[in-house]
Amino acid sequence: MVSSLERVAGRITAPRGERILGWATLVAMAASAVMSLVVSPPDAQQGNAARLLYIHVPSAWLAYLSFAVVFVASIAYLATRRTRWDRLAAASAEVGVLFTALAIALGSLWGKPVWGTWWTWDPRITTTTILLLIYVGYLAVRRLSDSPARRARWAAVVGVVGFLDVPVSYLSVTWWRGLHQGTTIRLLGESTIAPIMQVALMTGVFAFTLLFLYLVTVRLRLGRLEDRAVAEALSPRLGQSAEALLEQEASARG
Amino acid sequence: MTLVGQSVAIAAKDLRIEVRGRYALGSVLPFAGTLLVAFGLSLGPGRTLLAETAPGLLWLAVLFASVLSSRRAYEHEGEDGALEGLLLAPIDKAAVFIGKGIAIAVQLLALELAIVLLVSGLFDLSLAVAPLTLVAALFLGTIGLAAVGSLFGVLAEAPRAREAVLPLLVLPLATPVLIAGVRATALATAGRAGEAGSWLGLLLAFDLVFVSVGTLVFGFLLEE
Repeated sequence: MVSSLERVAGRITAPRGERILGWATLVAMAASAVMSLVVSPPDAQQGNAARLLYIHVPSAWLAYLSFAVVFVASIAYLATRRTRWDRLAAASAEVGVLFTALAIALGSLWGKPVWGTWWTWDPRITTTTILLLIYVGYLAVRRLSDSPARRARWAAVVGVVGFLDVPVSYLSVTWWRGLHQGTTIRLLGESTIAPIMQVALMTGVFAFTLLFLYLVTVRLRLGRLEDRAVAEALSPRLGQSAEALLEQEASARG
Repeated sequence: MTLVGQSVAIAAKDLRIEVRGRYALGSVLPFAGTLLVAFGLSLGPGRTLLAETAPGLLWLAVLFASVLSSRRAYEHEGEDGALEGLLLAPIDKAAVFIGKGIAIAVQLLALELAIVLLVSGLFDLSLAVAPLTLVAALFLGTIGLAAVGSLFGVLAEAPRAREAVLPLLVLPLATPVLIAGVRATALATAGRAGEAGSWLGLLLAFDLVFVSVGTLVFGFLLEE
């Protein structure tokens, strides 16, 4: 299973795949912008503030998607010891931290006009914040070791343990709130969302997922170049400088 | 030697070092005491506020003490290539995790005895209402904190380690212990120990996850 996953991933991350993915992302993001800003009507109660839904929810989705990818890639690294899995975990964690922070910031911006406060200790917000802190720690661990193999092993362990901590954290935070206050305010019950808004939301989720794949792909290429530059610096047998390798990569991409 | 025997041998070694070096007693306990006094100063002399926040302050002191103790558990392994010796020893790597975890837990329990008495004295926390629930919460919480500390303490010995990395990693991971410990303690000291059962269950679940996962993955941290 691991090898077939690697084959698919290899095809997407090839230069041609990356270019196609980049254009697809751009088109999808434009479609999502049109859907959320033009096609979708303003919300009956919240007015235009509700349009934050179309980027807040996709960002939160990417937060959880990316850390699930870190989890799977970490296990795959520990099982196969192939550097590509470590690079995937690193790339996904970086993109994940970015979108987790974005989801929290957007939620905060949305909370101010709707709830009247920038911050509330709602279980989902709190869990997402803990998640952000755990993966900031993950990125800090990646900077600890100067040996690439050891860095990969340590990061993989944190990637596995950190993800397993999430359900327990969510449970504890939910109970912590639940015992003291009523259930969280539900802005949009599953059944009450208008169909056009649902389409706009799905477009946003799709576009952000493509964006995630594109950013990870670019970061993977950067990771490969970094590794090659380091390897080249350590063994100058090729007689090539790191710049030459970068140029080679650029010309291979057309 | 069985896994249990190996773990106990490592725990005994670490505790012997502690008894001779007195780090927990000489440094961690005074630190926890200073922290509690600082909490008191920052929250003002109002007795009701202090009594309400006492369970939280108690667990924060325990949490910080656990970070210091887990860092210490691997600090002496960095000297004179002791860690290499430990790795070359014909023992299961999981035994290092379990043994160090036991040693950290024993030290923490001893520290908690003093911390609880301090909190009770400084902030008016009533210990006698439901002592069994209180002891259960502290015991279960300590196992979880010791497991996290024993697993990740080794990272603090990296050549490029920064002081902040271990707390940065441990504090968010230990959120469930902090929340459940504080809630169980608050209920136990407020005479509502009967409602603390689910929090104790949560602490137990955290312990099971971290002890079992730690045993499985610890070897990966130590490979060279």
